[in-house]
Amino acid sequence: MNTLLPPFDFHRVVVAPWTTDLPTYGWIVLMGFLVATACGLVGNYLILRRMALVGDAISHSVLPGLAIGFLLANSRRSTVMFLGALAAGLVTTVLIELIHKRSRVKQDAAIGITFSSLFAVGVILITVFASKVDLDQECVLYGEIGNVWVDPPVQWGALSLGPTSVVRMAAVTLGVLALIALFYKELLVSSFDPGLAHSLGINATALHYALMGVLSLVVVSAFESVGAILVIAMLILPGATAALLSQRLPRVLAWSVAHAALSAVLGLHLALALECSIAGAMVVTGAALFGLAWLFSPRHGLLRRGRRARLEPPAELAAQRP
Amino acid sequence: MTRKVSLAMVLCWLLGTASLSAARIGDLVQTSLADQAWRFFTFQDPAVRYVLIGSILLGICCGLLGSFIVVRKMALVGDTLSHAVLPGVAAGFLWNMAKDPLAIFVGATAAGLLGTMAVRWVRETTPLKEDTALGLVLASFFAVGICLLTMIQRLPTGNKSGLDKFLFGQAAALGADDIRLMAVVTALVVVAVVALYKEFLVTSFDAGFASVSGLPVRVIHYGLMLLLAFAIVIALQAVGVVLVSAMLITPAAAAYLLTDRLGRMLWLAGLFGVLAGALGSFLSFLGPTLPTGPFMVLGASAVFGLAFFFGPRHGVVSRWWRHRSRARRVQRENTLKAIYQVLESREFAGEGVSLHELARRRRETVAEAARQAAELRRHGLATLDAPGQQLFLTPAGWQMACAIVRNHRLWELYLTNAAHIAADHVHDDAEKIEHVLGEETVRELERRLAYATRDPHGRNIPTLADIQRGGAPPRGAEEPAGYGQPR
Repeated sequence: MNTLLPPFDFHRVVVAPWTTDLPTYGWIVLMGFLVATACGLVGNYLILRRMALVGDAISHSVLPGLAIGFLLANSRRSTVMFLGALAAGLVTTVLIELIHKRSRVKQDAAIGITFSSLFAVGVILITVFASKVDLDQECVLYGEIGNVWVDPPVQWGALSLGPTSVVRMAAVTLGVLALIALFYKELLVSSFDPGLAHSLGINATALHYALMGVLSLVVVSAFESVGAILVIAMLILPGATAALLSQRLPRVLAWSVAHAALSAVLGLHLALALECSIAGAMVVTGAALFGLAWLFSPRHGLLRRGRRARLEPPAELAAQRP
Repeated sequence: MTRKVSLAMVLCWLLGTASLSAARIGDLVQTSLADQAWRFFTFQDPAVRYVLIGSILLGICCGLLGSFIVVRKMALVGDTLSHAVLPGVAAGFLWNMAKDPLAIFVGATAAGLLGTMAVRWVRETTPLKEDTALGLVLASFFAVGICLLTMIQRLPTGNKSGLDKFLFGQAAALGADDIRLMAVVTALVVVAVVALYKEFLVTSFDAGFASVSGLPVRVIHYGLMLLLAFAIVIALQAVGVVLVSAMLITPAAAAYLLTDRLGRMLWLAGLFGVLAGALGSFLSFLGPTLPTGPFMVLGASAVFGLAFFFGPRHGVVSRWWRHRSRARRVQRENTLKAIYQVLESREFAGEGVSLHELARRRRETVAEAARQAAELRRHGLATLDAPGQQLFLTPAGWQMACAIVRNHRLWELYLTNAAHIAADHVHDDAEKIEHVLGEETVRELERRLAYATRDPHGRNIPTLADIQRGGAPPRGAEEPAGYGQPR
């Protein structure tokens, strides 16, 4: 049992990542932060639109898209990756709609059937063509964020920008930020009031597919570092935590970025302390942060709720008072 | 018995297709595919027997419980539950540092139930919606499980633990202990479903009625969740954490497409589960590194695809086919009606109707009329003369033509007489309804209209006697007799 929990070494866990090992862990933390930010920002809209589980579905079905893309193109360039992921996301969305509209199977079952079949295809492809597709089952499950710093760096002139995957993720994150800034009003209106959005002439279908497309891009660029399933946590946890802390969309977005940063940094320390999967530890930290928000949130917190129940009379009594 | 035969047939077919692809995946397989398949079918190997028994038990268990979660619209609760058991699996392993089926079973069930409760708690105490709560619990529990697993793998004994097989499933790793546990759980599930069938049925379809009838809805719900957790845990070894939910959802959804009765759905879902399980274990047995879970899931998806497209009642292709054959029947009936009208316009003089007359009547090209004539001939309703210009109704064709004209004119008369609709407004309605009126309805219409012989436009209504006479059309001079009148 004592070998399960490694002895706590303050220097190794807390100091070293920021001093001697910064070139390694700096990139890992940055990658974790970027992944959680991009996912969290998109995830906010998924939560608002009650599509959290469509995110779940797409995060699974990106796998066959990637595998087929790598197989067909025989390379791992970003364009291949993005195209494969876009196609997979589109196929997932269309399949769910098809099963749900053309038969009496309900939407939840349609989601379950679609993503599990596609994911199964993906897993079979990466096992059968293991020599050609550079993805393995472990990577699919919990990613290889610990290895981002060995990626070949991107050169820009004489300047070395950083590992490829980190640069790509940064570009995707900036892209997501830009899109949200550009279409802020459309997204806001159509998320909260589809009827008003329709009357304002906002094309809901186009917006839906665009959101799914962005979601697929974000998921695929996060895929290699955190895997198919932990991505779901990255999508939902920041938004869910933020939703407990504020009700204004700008503040919710800000809180989810803060959540992303905190869970990346604290998650790294947790992983070092327990010597476990870094991506897993980041998600566990994120879940713990959600737990804190759940307890202490000023509006919805469990503590606040308990005190309110004690201090204030029940609503029926309050209504009777003159 | 028939089930076994069909199972064997499907497996044989798959064997055929699998050996076709042998060249591509050959580099992974040490022994030849045929040898492996032979080993599978002869059951020499105890491992093969375990695999097959295991997948059959798993199919039954998942199919039965999956039916309930599909009709309760809780498919994704199953997904969440299946991911949430992972930390329990790891904890069960840590209990005595071995892959003890019982410890893992207890740990995983506890974790699954904890996950279900967490979903409920988040939903009740926060403004977050159900889907968010499900995704949140799913991913958080899974992350805890991943952390524990990676910590275990670091241990000296951890590498040999085979815990990673829980993620994608490896049915070949099933042992006698696992099978025993699976058998016990499956028996428990079957007994519970049979004993509590009525309760599960009522709470699934009408929770309000169930609680009014005094059933403990909440207790039954949690009982179902407990059984579900059991099913997921015993399926883990073979299918893996990630894809267990598919074994719950997909066979049951396929069964849901095929029947409207819950009892039949349970049978079908169990059967599909067994099929998918056996298929998956067979395919993964062919290669040493192939995981079982994905193949089982694909087997289940294939069954679902067949049901989705070719299900007799709700299948997409069957519905399209039904729609097409109905449209064609309407088309044939309209052609027959036109032929009747042509004959009537010359007071039934001469038996044949030329394609020109038919085309003019229907305001179509002669080519189209010829195509319809061919269609009538194929169905034995008319014959064509040698140059293919004259069309003669057969007795069957004559009967159908009379019947359809009779339906049309009776309905027109009924609308003018009984519903007081103007005579020039009734034609379109009659055009539609003439194809669907049944024999009983027509008799009733006749009775209500006092066996009238003329429609609102003054034309004769063909009588039952006309229809039954079959044969040739009446001559123009003959006044058609009314129903029941002596001729």
